[in-house]
Amino acid sequence: MASIKELASKGNLFAPGHRACAGCGGTIILRLVAAAAGENTVFIGATGCMEVASTIYPYSAWKVPFLHNAFENSAATASGVESAYRALKKKGKITKDINIIAFGGDGGTYDIGLQSLSGAMERGHKLLYICYDNGAYMNTGIQRSSATPFGANTTTSPAGSVIKGKTQQRKDLSEIMVAHNIPYVAQASLFYWNDLVEKVKKALKVDGPSFINILSPCPLGWGYDPSETIELSELAVATHFWNVYECENGKYKVNIKPKKEKPLEDFLFKQQRFKHLKNNPEILEQLRAFLKEKYENLLKKEEISAR
Amino acid sequence: MRKIVAKTGNEAMAEAMRQINPDVVAAYPITPATEIVQIFSNFVNNGQVDTIFVPTESEHSAISACVGASASGARVMTGTSSQGLALMHEILFVAGGLRLPIVICEVNRALSSPINIHCDHSDTMASRDAGWIQIFSENPQEAYDQTILAMKLSEDLFLPSMVTTDGFIISHAMQKLEMYDDKEVKDYLGEPKTPFNFLNLDDPITVGPLALQDYYMEIKVQQSKFINESKKKIINILQDFNKRMGRNYKVVEDYFMEDAEYAIVCLGSTAGTARYVVENLRKKGEKVGLLKIRFYRPFFDEQIMDILKNLKGCAVLDRSDMFASTGGHLFNDVKSALYASQKHPIIRDYIYGLGGRDIDIEDIEEVFKDIKEFSTNKNEEFVKYITVRE
Ligand SMILES: Cc1ncc(C[n+]2csc(CCOP(=O)(O)OP(=O)(O)O)c2C)c(N)n1
Ligand code: SF4
Ligand SMILES: [Mg+2]
Repeated sequence: MASIKELASKGNLFAPGHRACAGCGGTIILRLVAAAAGENTVFIGATGCMEVASTIYPYSAWKVPFLHNAFENSAATASGVESAYRALKKKGKITKDINIIAFGGDGGTYDIGLQSLSGAMERGHKLLYICYDNGAYMNTGIQRSSATPFGANTTTSPAGSVIKGKTQQRKDLSEIMVAHNIPYVAQASLFYWNDLVEKVKKALKVDGPSFINILSPCPLGWGYDPSETIELSELAVATHFWNVYECENGKYKVNIKPKKEKPLEDFLFKQQRFKHLKNNPEILEQLRAFLKEKYENLLKKEEISAR
Repeated sequence: MRKIVAKTGNEAMAEAMRQINPDVVAAYPITPATEIVQIFSNFVNNGQVDTIFVPTESEHSAISACVGASASGARVMTGTSSQGLALMHEILFVAGGLRLPIVICEVNRALSSPINIHCDHSDTMASRDAGWIQIFSENPQEAYDQTILAMKLSEDLFLPSMVTTDGFIISHAMQKLEMYDDKEVKDYLGEPKTPFNFLNLDDPITVGPLALQDYYMEIKVQQSKFINESKKKIINILQDFNKRMGRNYKVVEDYFMEDAEYAIVCLGSTAGTARYVVENLRKKGEKVGLLKIRFYRPFFDEQIMDILKNLKGCAVLDRSDMFASTGGHLFNDVKSALYASQKHPIIRDYIYGLGGRDIDIEDIEEVFKDIKEFSTNKNEEFVKYITVRE
């Protein structure tokens, strides 16, 4: 296990001075991922908050190579990078071992980039794809995505007087990735930074594609005080809003089983996007039931796959 | 040793790809270009090339992977057509803006709707503003030569290129082909070159950043200036190609233009038919000529103006429509080029052959008759649709 000291000793590969909001979960994730992966790493980022905030010309927050192509294609682009890497290594033009990490927000991953991601995973390229899931299209002003939670208020699923927030439950992208039969799929939380770092290291050792989905609190889009990012990350796991688990070669492991489970309300009502659920308990109950079932299913999968 | 073989346009392009030996090919099948990558995957799986072949799940991902691979220092190619090129559209601009030396073997095919698998130029024309070199081929020999040439141009100029053939008319028609020795092509191209290498860990760079009001304009003006300057370089590289390979290609090609009074301007396979008609009419003493546009992008407007300015009448053949009520793409470009000249001919657009509709000798003879008449008595519209059923 890495210590904080060890992680910090190499300096930030994803440097401060980027233009993300104070308290942005996405930048903490990128910094941790870069620290875990180390210097011999290249990043391919999709259009979205993290790309926009980190590469405003003529500045860049990236001390390792960074490539942005477009919104929906960071996985396909990374598959080209990985193919070039293999070709050039075979020819002796590249000698170092290089980690290839692609990333995108939930919009760039669950929605518009799903096909590109699916293709790259199915083709078996040796690359790690990181989704920082902040549950909406934040960069364009908080529009709903298929990762937006049930009931949440966004600018395209507003909590109106008739329709009260998003009317669909979240897509389970991590399970879609498991269904690709790739060697390593995981969900992580930035509160459990050590687990996150270990997962990145594990994923990079795998001989094939790997995928890590990380909940990425967003003060602006979720409507909370920037100082509460870490607390919300913990609460999301403690309320089973977000499960921290992995699926390694088909074997599930729930890495964090909260000893003290907390009521879902503790997580929800710290955020403006859910405040209308206070007066709409039926929506809240539907969300609670969905999350409960997800977690129970996960425990069952862990049990079955351990047999 | 060189050899003379019989090959279709698709086979010729696949052979050129084999000799170019790219590091990465990422592609997706579409009629009539499918064969190119089918043949090429055989080369890959039979160990005849060193290429990593990436069979993507779409053309959008194919060109995206090409961008990633080219940015990583690899020599990169793909092939597509029609809907495939349209699906790549967004990323064509990214490749152009990053000045990545990617080569696309593009087979011209009509765009939907209605869906149609046959030749016209609407797909290539729709991507003419993406900062790519666009080269049209009249026959498999040109397709073969120009695929090799395009790789050279792209790597010397750091501009992406598309080499086009006409769907089925060239892509599936077998003709005589002189193939160079593998080593000749290898020596001609040398080692792959890219403008930067994203995988160089010793010099970490950020590629494809966000540039706003304070920088975007300058970056784009630089791109434009470079493409302007590239025209001279293209001419030099083409001359060098001719000398080495024993060809006689020009960026735009004039036939019987010195004293011509009337001429046709066209692209691709139609030039073959038009040349035949010009030769026949010349035998009858008619002062007619032909201008074949080999390089459509960048557009060699000065050369074109010089060749056309003394005509009485100029007929532009367009295998695409802009649906703007102002004719086809080539017509609009040629018309603009002529504006710089004090003296210029009457010019008329003939939109023909959409969705693979045949154009034959009589149609082209008819165009010559029409432009003569139109030049003295232009009481009709400037845009005329021909090869249309009444
Ligand atoms: C093809 C295309 N469609 C739309 C956009 C506009 N756009 C840019 S970023 C973005 C949303 C990004 O959302 P997400 O991936 O969740 O990242 P976040 O901004 O939340 O970090 C959208 C819609 C685009 N750049 N390209
Ligand atoms: S809007 Fe949210 S995701 Fe985007 S930079 Fe701000 S906090 Fe981060
Ligand atoms: Mg998002």
